[in-house]
Amino acid sequence: MQGAFRAEELRKRYDSTDALRGVSLEVAEGEVVGLLGPNGAGKSTLAKIACGLVHPSGGSAWVAGHPAGSHPARAAIGYLAELFRFPAWLTAQELLTLHQRLAGSSGGASERAELLELVGLAEAARTRVGSMSKGMQQRLGIAQALVGNPGLLLLDEPTSALDPAGRRVVRRLLDEVRGRGVSVLLSSHLLSEVELVCDRVAILVAGEVVERGTPAQLTKPRGVEVETAAGTRLIEGAGRDDAPRIIADLVASGERVYGVRVLSSTLEDAYLEAVGERVE
Amino acid sequence: MSATRLSAARTIIGYAFAESLRKRVFAVVIALTAAFLVLYSLGAHFAFNEVEDLGLAGDALLDERELTGGTIFGLAMFAVLFLGSVLAIFLTNGVVRGDAESGLLQPMVVRPLGRGTMLVARYLGAVTATTAYVLAVYGATIVATQITGDWTPGHVVLPGLALAAGVAIVAALSVLVSVFLAATAQGIAVFMLFGAGLVAGLLGQIGDALSSRSLMRISDIAEVMLPFEALYQAGLYLITTDASGFTRTIIELGPFGGADSAGPGLVLFAAAYTGVVIALAVAAFARRDL
Repeated sequence: MQGAFRAEELRKRYDSTDALRGVSLEVAEGEVVGLLGPNGAGKSTLAKIACGLVHPSGGSAWVAGHPAGSHPARAAIGYLAELFRFPAWLTAQELLTLHQRLAGSSGGASERAELLELVGLAEAARTRVGSMSKGMQQRLGIAQALVGNPGLLLLDEPTSALDPAGRRVVRRLLDEVRGRGVSVLLSSHLLSEVELVCDRVAILVAGEVVERGTPAQLTKPRGVEVETAAGTRLIEGAGRDDAPRIIADLVASGERVYGVRVLSSTLEDAYLEAVGERVE
Repeated sequence: MSATRLSAARTIIGYAFAESLRKRVFAVVIALTAAFLVLYSLGAHFAFNEVEDLGLAGDALLDERELTGGTIFGLAMFAVLFLGSVLAIFLTNGVVRGDAESGLLQPMVVRPLGRGTMLVARYLGAVTATTAYVLAVYGATIVATQITGDWTPGHVVLPGLALAAGVAIVAALSVLVSVFLAATAQGIAVFMLFGAGLVAGLLGQIGDALSSRSLMRISDIAEVMLPFEALYQAGLYLITTDASGFTRTIIELGPFGGADSAGPGLVLFAAAYTGVVIALAVAAFARRDL
């Protein structure tokens, strides 16, 4: 399987700074992969190489089996940059029409209406970009990225300007596009969001992938907390499967058990652990 | 070029043209143009009337209407070149680096049409707007000169086309510079190039008057480097082809005299120059990280 996106030993050097130092990553078809990392980790550079905005210094990147930046590769992607601006004088409708023409989309008015509906901007079709809030522009940006039904969606911090309701719209939208078989490479600082929507996560620090896996794989069991008459105690290293045995042992030894909680680390803990180790 | 890419290129030309009309600078240039046309018409009216009052009409050596028309219309040519160049520079301001820094460029560049096609299309959009502007203002000055002084240049169409081509070269230089410099620096740099071209033209005139080969050589080299000036001079030459003898000498000694005939070589060189400048811009843009 060629995958929606594949990077092999990807390197990028800006003057004296190594933005990417041999990153290998794959996004399978229909998969949502989250890219996590502190500022300057190389997340945006990776997304920009994928869509041909930045030329790699070494390694290779492929989109739908085509070299990143090539004509067929660009035809297969939708991209929303972290820092973007649309012409203030265009309405939402006109902006999508412009991008339909540039993408060679034959979706017409029905595609525009569907996309605006999808991002909750159906009522703002005739609103000029210049009159929109940053959050509305970000949702319009996502709609723009979806023009032409791309196979790979590259979203760089798509929820940075959104309020909680807007973020929920984006989460729903990501579920929807995943349902359509669209692959997504999502870069975000919002760990809870990534944990909710991503099939796999890669943590990037100083241009290197330091951790990768499913959110469940990255979170580790922290133990089982048991509340008895003698107080609350933490049995470290124990997991969910150990809970029945622990309770049975306690009851057998004559203790009264009032409550049990299986504790595991969050993606945030895993992230901070990975980032902290490298930053220190 | 595939049909899809051609259609996308047409879309960008249309977008660039529409954007040009939306820019505030276009409104400013239109207002300044209206003011210029009014002042020019008044100036031409007074100039023709006052020269007539000097009573030179009976002088067989001097055609006062040709002298006044050639000089005042030379001023109009300069103003059209200047205003057209200002418009060209502003309409192509920040086309690459400026738009990339503001995040306006990336959403369009990632589309399949390709960077080269996009840059050429943006150039053509801006040139369409500036050419229309230059020809319209040039036409308006011809009408104003005809009405106020009953004078028409020796050639009507070619000088206007020479001005439009000159402004298209300024726009091409501006697009090239936009690949390397941010918007403000780009504007300053291209204005300085434009000024350098005009100074080269003046240098040539001075060299001509003083018969200084060195000055004329410097001017010739500068005009090869910045051929919009040569096109402007060619246009100036064409407006006074009806003048002869003493009248022509007097015109040539004036501020808009001393121009040379160009010939088809200049047209070919200007077209090749523009092509090379845009090709360099495309090549540099293709290598640029955005």
